[in-house]
Amino acid sequence: MAPLLTALSLSLAAQLATAGEVEVLHWWTSGGEAKAAQALKASLQAKGHSWKDFAVAGGGGDSAMTVLKSRVVSGNAPAAAQIKGPSIQDWAREGVLASIDEVARADKWDELLPKVVSEQMKYRGSYVAVPVNVHRVNWLWINADVFKRAGLKPPLSWDDFFSAADALKKLGITPLAHGGQNWQDLTLFEAVVLGVGGADFYAKALVQLDQSSLTSDTMERALATFKRLKPYTDKNAPGRDWNLATAMVIKGEAAMQIMGDWAKGEFVAAGKQPGKDFLCVAAPGSAKSFSYNIDSFAMFKLKNEANSRAQKDLAAAIMAPEFQELFNLNKGSIPARLGMKMDRFDDCAKTSAQDFASSAKAGSLLPSIAHGMAVPSAAEGAIKDAISQYWNSDRLSARDAMKKLAAAARSK
Amino acid sequence: MPSRARTLWLPKLVIAPSFVLSLLFIYGLMAWNGVLSLSASRMLPNYEFVGLAQYEALFESERWWVALRNLGIFGGLFVGGGMALGLLLAILLDQKIRLEGLLRTIYLYPMALSFIVTGTAWKWILNPGLGLEHLVQEWGFADFSFGWLVDPDMAIYCVVIAGIWQSAGFVMALFLAGLRGIDDSIIKAAQVDGASLPRIYWRIIIPSLRPVFFSTLMVVSHLAIKSFDLVMALTAGGPGYATDLPATFMYTMAFSRGQIGLGAASATIMLATVAAIVVPYLYSELRGTRR
Repeated sequence: MAPLLTALSLSLAAQLATAGEVEVLHWWTSGGEAKAAQALKASLQAKGHSWKDFAVAGGGGDSAMTVLKSRVVSGNAPAAAQIKGPSIQDWAREGVLASIDEVARADKWDELLPKVVSEQMKYRGSYVAVPVNVHRVNWLWINADVFKRAGLKPPLSWDDFFSAADALKKLGITPLAHGGQNWQDLTLFEAVVLGVGGADFYAKALVQLDQSSLTSDTMERALATFKRLKPYTDKNAPGRDWNLATAMVIKGEAAMQIMGDWAKGEFVAAGKQPGKDFLCVAAPGSAKSFSYNIDSFAMFKLKNEANSRAQKDLAAAIMAPEFQELFNLNKGSIPARLGMKMDRFDDCAKTSAQDFASSAKAGSLLPSIAHGMAVPSAAEGAIKDAISQYWNSDRLSARDAMKKLAAAARSK
Repeated sequence: MPSRARTLWLPKLVIAPSFVLSLLFIYGLMAWNGVLSLSASRMLPNYEFVGLAQYEALFESERWWVALRNLGIFGGLFVGGGMALGLLLAILLDQKIRLEGLLRTIYLYPMALSFIVTGTAWKWILNPGLGLEHLVQEWGFADFSFGWLVDPDMAIYCVVIAGIWQSAGFVMALFLAGLRGIDDSIIKAAQVDGASLPRIYWRIIIPSLRPVFFSTLMVVSHLAIKSFDLVMALTAGGPGYATDLPATFMYTMAFSRGQIGLGAASATIMLATVAAIVVPYLYSELRGTRR
């Protein structure tokens, strides 16, 4: 009884001293995510702050962003909002983000995060955002049973991939499950570029948008390889959602899918076990690279002093190992902070975490262009259009597509 | 007894709030959109003026041209096809048949659905793996193929099909009302003169439907220009951006890609297109009443 009372009085005291309110814009509405959000809420409430949910439906977050814009323009920003990649810089440039360097220094974020990641969380050298999780995008998901029946091994290179795909096609199985939405086309393309051109080429071409790389022979080869994949997908792919494509792999109608590790959630939800029912390997030729999609929270400038303290506590709570573990166990991703214990994670996540750390050292940790991590949204959109048009059109040659791609990369 | 002063100011006072509201929220926002289209606005509106640069960027964009071309195809076929089918249905229904009320309701019913529902339903019907193609193949015609929805060159015609299906009943209702408004004695007189039924329709009835044609054209063609939900539900602009229309282009640029300036420029062009149709109409209408 006594410890409880002390705890209670302590928390009361804390409440009196620093009670603030954090309003958090997020779209964590699916089962696992909602549970993790609850945990975050509880940890803030333990510090005496109150939590206000500002969840806007719509997974992609388009509508949430529209609401956020109007809130910010009218001078009524929430404490934190789910914003990622170069958009953080866009928002910071508008002068509406708050620095959380105080927390970052106290908790030594610079040592906990790979440099590529911490750079994205900073604007002009000071932290304005906190990373929540890391998704690896260049995964190849395989139905283990189908591969066993066909007597195949997971492909390590694109040549392996095509010979495996031919064998699967003969058996009447769709080799590659795909959803023909422009972001999925680009996800596939980025994996091909990573496999064909390697990490340095990827960084030059798709992150720095270097024109000479975009119009190089390597790019033409990547585009041609990308297009070679199309006959191995089924013709109902256009417009299909990614999770329906994953379902095809789960049911064994298709053998493989290239998709970020959120696909794992679908396998697990269908009662499949990693390593046994399905395999996760790096997309062909990209074993040493890691293209990432990191969810993060950007912190907005607040007028109220108490609320701003609550905001800093929120930032610290998000980076705390307990939350990072709990959230990522539920989301299927891996923690953004390095050096976490991975005992409770599955094999795919363990591999992912190892590759994350090693690729960060080797300099092959790369932002995913298809998921808004690499380039500003205008260029990303134009590139998405170019790639998607090339994928869907039977008339465009790789050379023409390369010209369109290079032109798209110039759009501002 | 109302004083003279009151009859002067009362009507104005009553009208004033709605007048101010529409001035502000319709015309004010239109003007603001125009201003934004001349600015360098990206993620948030700003007022750094760049002249006509956004319009130049717009007309250099290949995707915008695809959207315009699609609007041409969709607009032409949707308006033309919808009106032709609607008129045909109206004429057939006008033959003093039994159960007309029931049939009219059946034909008109699609209009009661929103475009989102129409789009989703047709998405299933036209999907090669689920709908028509699958069905006919199940019936034993294994070679039958109907993959328009997934073919970038043909997908826009799927939007046309769904659009016509939706609007034909409504057009029919308008024409039927017009047909009922025609004076019977003219038709009787023509019959006495020995005109055949097709000839009566062609030379007398259809020409006298001119005002109905006009108002139907107005309603249907503005539907075509602003159509958004149908495309979103049916193809989401895909495959690629093969079925993009100006409205979906505007939405994508302004709200998902952080190019508010470009989106505003495309919205201004859409406004100009609508104005190009509506202004001559208003002009002819207003002139008509004065006469």
